[in-house]
Amino acid sequence: MTTTISRDAGPTAGPRTDPATDAIGVDAPAFADPPTLGRRNVLAVRGGSGRARRTGLVVLRSSLAFVAFFALWELAPRLGWVDPVFLPPLSTVLATFGGLVADGTLAEQVGTSLVRAVSGFAIAVSFAIPAGVLIGWNDRAAQYLSPFLEVLRNTAALALLPVFILVLGIGETSKIAIVVYACSFPILLSTITGVRTVDPLLVRSARSLGLGRVALFTKVVLPAAVPTVFTGVRMAATASILVLIAAEMVGAKAGLGFYITYTQFNFQIPEMYAGILTIALVGVAVNTLLVTVERRLSRWRTA
Amino acid sequence: MTLTAAAASATDVLAPDAGAPARLRFEHVRKEFTVRGDRRRAPSTLVAVDDLSLDVAAGELVTVVGPSGCGKSTLLDLVAGLSTPTSGRILVDGREVTGPGLDRGIVFQQYALLPWRSAQRNVELGLEARGLPAPERRRVAREKLELVGLAGFEDRYPHELSGGMKQRVAIARALAFDPEVLLMDEPFAALDAQTREQLQDELLRIWRATGKTIVFITHGIEEAVYLGQRVVVLSGRPGRVRTVIDVDLPRGDELAGTDLRTDPRFVAHRHTVWEALHAPAGTPERTGGAA
Ligand SMILES: Nc1ncnc2c1ncn2[C@@H]1O[C@H](COP(=O)(O)OP(=O)(O)O)[C@@H](O)[C@H]1O
Ligand SMILES: [Mg+2]
Repeated sequence: MTTTISRDAGPTAGPRTDPATDAIGVDAPAFADPPTLGRRNVLAVRGGSGRARRTGLVVLRSSLAFVAFFALWELAPRLGWVDPVFLPPLSTVLATFGGLVADGTLAEQVGTSLVRAVSGFAIAVSFAIPAGVLIGWNDRAAQYLSPFLEVLRNTAALALLPVFILVLGIGETSKIAIVVYACSFPILLSTITGVRTVDPLLVRSARSLGLGRVALFTKVVLPAAVPTVFTGVRMAATASILVLIAAEMVGAKAGLGFYITYTQFNFQIPEMYAGILTIALVGVAVNTLLVTVERRLSRWRTA
Repeated sequence: MTLTAAAASATDVLAPDAGAPARLRFEHVRKEFTVRGDRRRAPSTLVAVDDLSLDVAAGELVTVVGPSGCGKSTLLDLVAGLSTPTSGRILVDGREVTGPGLDRGIVFQQYALLPWRSAQRNVELGLEARGLPAPERRRVAREKLELVGLAGFEDRYPHELSGGMKQRVAIARALAFDPEVLLMDEPFAALDAQTREQLQDELLRIWRATGKTIVFITHGIEEAVYLGQRVVVLSGRPGRVRTVIDVDLPRGDELAGTDLRTDPRFVAHRHTVWEALHAPAGTPERTGGAA
């Protein structure tokens, strides 16, 4: 049972302990949290002198691994440690990347993928949050449905891709549908958890202040559940991109996933790496955006 | 019962004529919980409060002490209407308690403030639910925050307030409807000693200023004697009234800068309560039988 006190004490602890985290965590190592958390921890631990110096240190520390990685990428093909045909030096890939940005190829692929991901994500958010609220608020419903939803969540979305293609064809519908599927369960389950784990003391005190069922729900239960719900929303966003890319790799005529397999088949290796780089950038951008929104929504949790 | 006699004699100044109903009356209140059994054991019944009777007069400040787990919080939940007695009744101004009501304000130990609302908006919570217009709500909330000494802190969020300040907000919130009865469950237990003494004096000031009937639950003997006009001593589980002690101490102006806690009369009262609390089970006050 969470009390207000422990809630104050551990603003980042809540999402980590959420039962819904693990399954998605396995699916989604690429866009998971650690870099952001790491940076936050460094800021928290460092005390004392010049803010500029501290920021400099933080930047230095967090960029060290990048510098080493990029240097290795550049040098390994050039020094003949790996075959430059299969791994072109970073500079070559970046030059290709620049060209693809300039001629609009990447923008087109990213656009196609984002439209699919955002549509699926939006559909999932718009029905999974209300559904989760209804199920969470109703003890009976939660008892009956939770095990079933748990099984569905643990059925990897991609395993169902053939089914989606069989039923909905190879067009946009099946791709958006699989994104909806992958996004729904993190949101649904974290909303149910959020609504059900509201501090009972808050509920008791609100009842003693004369709040009826509706007011209790809108003024206490819902706002208290927002941070937990949002954890699920963020996991869903990550899942949407991952699942979509995979689906596009299997069968599509456009999109980032399609572009990567297409360039690989045609032996356009620098283009393929440029596509992979783009996915990484999109992932980081989406996560940053959601972390920002999350901070906004739960500002009261941070001292 | 002897208790009723004690109540009457203790409050002859404050209580109206003997025939009038008490502001708050417990009539043979009993509360059982069903404790869920595990695979091997069947569900069992836990008696948290047993055959508890007590009268509290209007404007009285009564403190309730008892060992941890003796049913103090359970008792408060019953008065608050958050749960119902297994048997017996609780009456507020002669009307039986059937659910939460705005004639009773409650202050919990763990503050129970909504962390996403400012102090002001926390105090407004109940008023909002009641549909009071916004300007009226704001006025009342400001007035109550001022009463508890928090003028100027209206826009602070709970995480920006100290424990003592949070509890003041909670008191202001409980007073928002001007309830006749204020119920407090170990409200100062989580505070450091200095803040606690400060808030005890603050509570006495608010009590004198508002004339509320206050039931103050604590496990601190000193706190019970310092605040209470009467101290109700509960026995260990199940909670029953072991004895009621009238506290007759100089108050307010009479005190004039002396430390009441070192006054010989205070020390004597504290000792009486201590003895009552530590009396072996089966003392005459405790009616045997059910156990
Ligand atoms: N909802 C409940 N279900 C089962 N047992 C309870 C419940 N609430 C309280 N109890 C039990 O009743 C007893 C009295 O609890 P409580 O009123 O909280 O004591 P106190 O406030 O005096 O420390 C304890 O043994 C506690 O475990
Ligand atoms: Mg208690």
